[in-house]
Amino acid sequence: MDAAGAPLSDAAVALRGLRFGWPGADRPCLDMAGFTLSAGERLFLHGPSGSGKTTLLSLIGGVLRADAGALRVLGHDLSALSGPRRDRFRADHIGFIFQQFNLIPYLSAADNIALPCRFSPLRAQRAGDVAAAVARLAGHLDLPADLLARPAAELSVGQQQRVAAARALIGGPALVIADEPTSALDAARQQVFLDLLLNECAAVGASLLFVSHDLRLAGRFDRSVALGEINAAAEALA
Amino acid sequence: MRLPLWHLTLASVRNRGLATVLTLVAIALSVTLLLGVERLRNDARSSFANTLSGTDLIVGARSGAVQLLLYSVFHIGDATHDVSWSRIDALRTHKDVAWLVPLSLGDSHRGFRVVGTTADFFAHVQTGNRQPLRFAAGQAFEGVFDAVIGAEVAARLGYAPGAKIVLSHGAGEFAAAEHADKPFTVTGVLARTGTPVDRSVLVGLAAIEAIHLDWQGGSRIPGVEIPAQFVGKFDLSPKRVTAALVGLERRATVFRVQREINTSDGEPLLAILPGVTLDELWRVVGVVERVLLAVSAFVVAVGLAGLVATLVSSLSARRRELAILRALGAGPGDVFVLLMTESVLLAVAGCVLGVVGLWALSAGIAPWLMAEHGVQLVPRFVDQSELVWLAGVVVAALLASVIPAWRAYRYSLADGMTVRL
Repeated sequence: MDAAGAPLSDAAVALRGLRFGWPGADRPCLDMAGFTLSAGERLFLHGPSGSGKTTLLSLIGGVLRADAGALRVLGHDLSALSGPRRDRFRADHIGFIFQQFNLIPYLSAADNIALPCRFSPLRAQRAGDVAAAVARLAGHLDLPADLLARPAAELSVGQQQRVAAARALIGGPALVIADEPTSALDAARQQVFLDLLLNECAAVGASLLFVSHDLRLAGRFDRSVALGEINAAAEALA
Repeated sequence: MRLPLWHLTLASVRNRGLATVLTLVAIALSVTLLLGVERLRNDARSSFANTLSGTDLIVGARSGAVQLLLYSVFHIGDATHDVSWSRIDALRTHKDVAWLVPLSLGDSHRGFRVVGTTADFFAHVQTGNRQPLRFAAGQAFEGVFDAVIGAEVAARLGYAPGAKIVLSHGAGEFAAAEHADKPFTVTGVLARTGTPVDRSVLVGLAAIEAIHLDWQGGSRIPGVEIPAQFVGKFDLSPKRVTAALVGLERRATVFRVQREINTSDGEPLLAILPGVTLDELWRVVGVVERVLLAVSAFVVAVGLAGLVATLVSSLSARRRELAILRALGAGPGDVFVLLMTESVLLAVAGCVLGVVGLWALSAGIAPWLMAEHGVQLVPRFVDQSELVWLAGVVVAALLASVIPAWRAYRYSLADGMTVRL
């Protein structure tokens, strides 16, 4: 049905009146009137910890389900999809990069990069020859070929983060979500990593939702949004 | 091409080496124990059934079938009646009878039963899987006061060919009832069979007559004493025997001959088929068998509990790993399959290891078990009924792993995208 890629005429992410509260909590942690990420846009989302960043990303990724409101990602109404369909949707269309590198430590760097293709036939298909795609991405992200066979746990911090980026980009997902991906890197490496990430997203035409609390990076993006300003629940907290 | 999920399982299992190896060993040991007990059970049963082989009928005075078997083969209890020699001799010349070994019981040597018989005993009595008796040392008795002893008698009392022994009247409770005036010489020691033959002292029928020449009704005739060197002057041909083992020309005639003996006129006789009666007796002894089966079932349960414990305890360590896989698009179903694959993999590997272990173990202890306990344990891999057991272990492992897999599924739903720990 969506094998030809998600319809991108729409925005990459569009939400309205979205509300979510963790079970057992007496107030919602997310209450957003509206928010849009255009197709191909590279957006910088910032806010202090506790402003609901990770929760928002979990909702967009379809891991969590909103209590109320409309959430469309790449033209699909996530609240209308069943659990397994959301899992499939996430695997097919979204690449994630985490603050902790979240590589599987006992798998090789190459296996980590290829991992999304294990769960998504669509991304495997788009990647074509998976081994070649891994090598190409590794080359673009300045990962030496001899590193690829080593277990992820043996790589340096910067190398691990680049492996994580390659993992998010393989198979050309339409949306890349990066959650504080640079906070574990020093300033020089932050710039290098950001260059690589922005270039690759542009090359594959992916929308990028980049979450960070480090405002110095904001200038490199098309647009910058403070989550605290659009999340009514965060304002209530503050 | 989509790479299979089991590749992940394998890598993850390798990563948790020690715990995995320990679980594997626990499962392998339970499988070894389960199959071992199961085999021992079957082999003990067949060993028991093979206490006496090659004998078609046992003939004695009319009593119960089990009773006749108990006193003639197992030397337990006493015969209520004798059989006159003329009846036994007549049976020997019956057209369907190939051979006949008479048994005359009633004396003992230091707790071991004395069996009066003929040299045919060594030619025709078979044990186990139709194995004939063998001499470990010496040879069969020839003279009146010669004796052949079983392996256990030799081992317990330290006898070798040439040893002098004294028989006692009855079960040997009274020292006064010793046939001390007529000592016997051990001429041969039988190889171990694992049957009551090992605990027997075998002498000729003439010897039984000779030591009772000056006895009557279970005690010495006062004033009468016949020295050993003069017994040859008396008629030592047997008058009465206790029972007889009979081999037929053709097995097919066994029921006809049995009926012929059981319905014959005159002295009431009983002929039994040893195999049938042994089975009957096993049903009595067989309670132990069911206890053993229960023990093996518990052993497997313990092994599987170990598997579940390992999986559950490894879960908290893998929580982060599973959350990452979720974020990358793995559904809860994938997580479920991942854990189930792991336990099935461990169960199958444990079964294979257990079977190999059992084979090595049984190859190692089979000779000892045969010699010491007469239990035949044939080293072999698996037969069909054991495959059913093994399949049961794997299915049980699959069912047991539903618990940790379900917990992992719950975790992966609850954790969402929060994979920072």
